[in-house]
Amino acid sequence: MDGTAPMLQLSGITKRFFGVPVLKDVDLCLRAGEVHALMGQNGAGKSTLIKVLTGVYAADGGRMQLAGEDIRPGSVQQAQALGLSTVYQEVNLCPNLSVAENIFAGRYPRRGARGAWRIDWARMQRDARALLARLNLNIDVTRLLASYPVAVQQMVAIARALNGRSRVLILDEPTSSLDDDEVQRLFGLLRQLRAEGLAILFVTHFLDEVYEISDRITVLRNGERVGEYLTSELDAPALIGAMIGREFTASSAQRAPADVQTGTPLLCARGLARRGQLEPVDIELRAGEVLGLAGLLGSGRTELARLLFGMDRADAGTIELQGRAIKLDTPTHAIRHGLAMCPEDRKAEGVVAELSIRENIALALQARLGVWRCLGRRQQQELAERFIRQLGIKASDADAPMSQLSGGNQQKALLARWLATEPRLLILDEPTRGIDVAAKQEIMEQILALARNGLSVLFISAELDEVARVSDRIAVMRERRKAGELPGGSDEQAICAVIAGAQA
Amino acid sequence: MKWLLAHRLFWPLVTLVLLLAVDAAFNPGFWHLQWRDGHLYGSLVDILNRAAPLAVVSLGMTLVIATRGIDISVGAVVAISAAIAALMIGGHLVVKDGVQTYVSRFPMGLALASALAVALLAGLWNGLLVAGAGMQPIIATLILMVAGRGIAQLITGGQIITVYYAPYFFIGSGFLLGLPFSLFIVAALWLALHFALTRSALGMFIQAIGINPAAARMAGVPQRLIGVCVYVFCGFAAGLAGLMISSNVKSADGNNAGLLLELDAILAVTLGGTLLTGGRFSLAGSVVGALIIQTLTSTIYSIGVPPEVNLVVKAAVVFAVMLLQSPEFRALLRGLVFRRAPGVAR
Repeated sequence: MDGTAPMLQLSGITKRFFGVPVLKDVDLCLRAGEVHALMGQNGAGKSTLIKVLTGVYAADGGRMQLAGEDIRPGSVQQAQALGLSTVYQEVNLCPNLSVAENIFAGRYPRRGARGAWRIDWARMQRDARALLARLNLNIDVTRLLASYPVAVQQMVAIARALNGRSRVLILDEPTSSLDDDEVQRLFGLLRQLRAEGLAILFVTHFLDEVYEISDRITVLRNGERVGEYLTSELDAPALIGAMIGREFTASSAQRAPADVQTGTPLLCARGLARRGQLEPVDIELRAGEVLGLAGLLGSGRTELARLLFGMDRADAGTIELQGRAIKLDTPTHAIRHGLAMCPEDRKAEGVVAELSIRENIALALQARLGVWRCLGRRQQQELAERFIRQLGIKASDADAPMSQLSGGNQQKALLARWLATEPRLLILDEPTRGIDVAAKQEIMEQILALARNGLSVLFISAELDEVARVSDRIAVMRERRKAGELPGGSDEQAICAVIAGAQA
Repeated sequence: MKWLLAHRLFWPLVTLVLLLAVDAAFNPGFWHLQWRDGHLYGSLVDILNRAAPLAVVSLGMTLVIATRGIDISVGAVVAISAAIAALMIGGHLVVKDGVQTYVSRFPMGLALASALAVALLAGLWNGLLVAGAGMQPIIATLILMVAGRGIAQLITGGQIITVYYAPYFFIGSGFLLGLPFSLFIVAALWLALHFALTRSALGMFIQAIGINPAAARMAGVPQRLIGVCVYVFCGFAAGLAGLMISSNVKSADGNNAGLLLELDAILAVTLGGTLLTGGRFSLAGSVVGALIIQTLTSTIYSIGVPPEVNLVVKAAVVFAVMLLQSPEFRALLRGLVFRRAPGVAR
C-alpha cells in the first residue's frame, strides 16, 4: 500500500484557540506523485490544518517532517521557501496587472548596477513564459490578467505558487468558482504536476471531483483524523459516513412518527427559488411536525431556510401559511406570521454579545411587540428566569452579559429568545453545531418536547443521525435542489444514498 | 471603590474635575457665583451656557453613533436652521403708540417651527441615504455637510443676517428662575430622550443594532426605521442648537454658524465613553463630554495661551484626555510604574 515514501509527514498536530482544541492529534501523510484529498465538514479543522501547514498558525503540538527533515514554518514566506506552495480558495491576484507581473509580484527580477534598482522586464516576461509553458499554458504574459478566464487565472495562481523548489502544492477549494470545462483543464494540469512528482493536497466539497482526481483521502471530523483511505476502496456513502460520523446511534430520544399526515399544511412553499442560491423547491410543513432537512454543505439547505424566514428575498415562488398567501420580505414579516429561526452562525447572526442574557432573551418578543409596547424590566426578568429554568441555561445571573455564556448555553438562550415569541414554526439551522455533547442532547430533547406540544419544526443539520432520529419526514437537498423526500425513521444509509445521488 | 472606578462616567468626570481645577488655579474667582438682578452669574454658569448648544448636538450624535453611524452634517444643519429663523424673524422698527418697537416679520412661533421642520427634513434625508439606501454614513452625511453650507448661504444671500426682534434672544441668552434658559433646553431634551429610550424598546433596539446589526435584523428589530429615526432626531437636535446659537449671537452667518461643530460633537460623544464602533452609549457621558470641551476652551483662555497656538494646545489636551480614558494606556502606565518601582527604591 505504501509504494512511495512520504514527502510530507504530519504527526500528532494539535492546535487550540483560547483553550478550545480545534485540531486534536491529527496525522497527515502526503506522498510524492499523489493527489491527496482532505475532506471534512465545515468546522472539521481543514482550514486550520492548512494554515498550520503553511505557517499562518503555529501548532501547539506535534511534528512536521518534509522529506524526512523536521520543519516548523513560522510564516507563509518560510513555508514557501521550504517548498510548500499554496493556492487559496479565492484567486488572490491583481486583475489590473499583467500575467507576468502577477507571477512575479513582490519578487520582480532586477538589473543594473548599484543595487539593481531597475526592473528587468524582458527577463520577467521570459521567465513567466517558461513557467507557464511548463504548465502547458501558452498565453501572452504581457496582457492583463483580467482578460483571461477564471480557470487561466487559477493556473496563473498555481504558477505563482510553484517555483523550482516546490515539493508540495496545497489547493484550498480551487474549483469553487470554475465551470466544468475549466475544472477539466485544471485537473489536466494537476495530473501533469502529479506525474512530475509533486505531492498535491486538495480540499474540496465536491465528491465527484474527489473520485476523479484523488488517489487517497484523509477525513477530518471535529478536529480529529477519522482515517486515511485509498480512494478506490472508499465509496461515496462510506465517505459521507466518515465525514458525518455516528456519535448518537445509541440514544433514548427516538421519535415515534407522529400522526400528523392529515389536515391542511401549516406552511406550503411552491417553486421557491433565488438565482445562484436555490433552484425551485416545493416544501410542505404540517402542524406539530418535525421536518428534517438534510444535505451536504452548499446543497441549498441554509439558503432555503433563509428564504422561508425573509432573510433573503425569493426571485420566484409562493409561500402559503394555513392556506393564505403571505409575503416574507424581512424577518420582521416572518416573525409577525409566527415564524422563528435560529441561524446557522450563532455568533454572527444570533448573539448580541454585550447585552445581558435577559435582553437577549427578550429581544425577538420585543421586536414582535414593536417599539412602544415595551416589556418592563420586571417582565423581562420573569421571562428570562422562566426560560433559564426551563431550558437549564447555566448562567450566574440573568443580567450577566451574553458573552459570558458557553456556546451551548448561548444556543439555549437563543432558543429561549424564539420560544418567547410563541412561534408556530421554528426553523433550526444547525442548532447543535459547535456545542458539547451533553448540551447537544439536551437541546435535541427540548426540540422534541416542543413538537409534541404542537410546534412545527424545520430541522436542518449536517449530522444525519440527528436528522434521522428526530424527523417525521426528511427532505434531502442536493446541488441546490430538493433531491428527494424520505419518511420518518429512515436510516442514515438511505439518506446518504440520496445525498450521494441515488434516486429516492 | 471598585464599582466607582469601573463606572463608565468615572474617567470623563475625573477629566472634567481636573480641567476645572486648572481653571480655578489660574483664575481665583473661578468658583465664585453671584446673584445679581435675579440672575446667577459666574464662570461656571458661563461654561454651562456656552456648552449648551454643543450638548444638544452631542445628544443627537450619541444615538447616531450608537447605531454604528456618524453624522458630519450637523454643523451645516445648524447654519441652515439659524438662517431660516433669522430670515423669518428679522425684525424691523415700527412706532406704535409713540413707542419704538421691533416686530417680527413672521410670528416667532412659525419661524421656529419652520427652522426645526427644515432641520427634521435634513435629518430625514441623511436617514434615507444611510438606512434606506445603505450608503456609508460618512459619505451620505458628507453630501449634506457640503451642500448644507451652500443652502444656508443661499438663504442668507451670502450676508450675515442680524436679528433685531428681542423675544428671540431669550432662547440663547434669557434667564429662567435665575438660570440661563439654554440649560432648561438641554435638560428637557436630555430627560425626554432618557424616557423615550428607557420607557420604550428604542434603547435596547439601538444598542442591539450597534452591537450586532445582523443579529438584530434576524431578531426582527425594525432596523431601517430606527436608522432613519436616529438621523431625524440628530437633525432636529442640530436645528435646535442652530436656534440657540443664532439667538445668542443675535444673527445668522451661513458661512460660520456651527462651523466644525460636527467634530466637537463627535469628540464630546467619544469623551463621554460611547465607542465609535456603536453599541453601548451614554447620554450623560455625552453631556459631560460637551462640558469638558467647553471647560477646556475656557481653560485655554484663562491660562493665557496666545490665540495663534490655541488650537495646538487644545489638540494636545484632547490627545492626553483620550490616552487617560483608554484602559490599555492606563494598564501600560501601571506596568511602567510597577516595573520602575524597585529601581526607585534603590
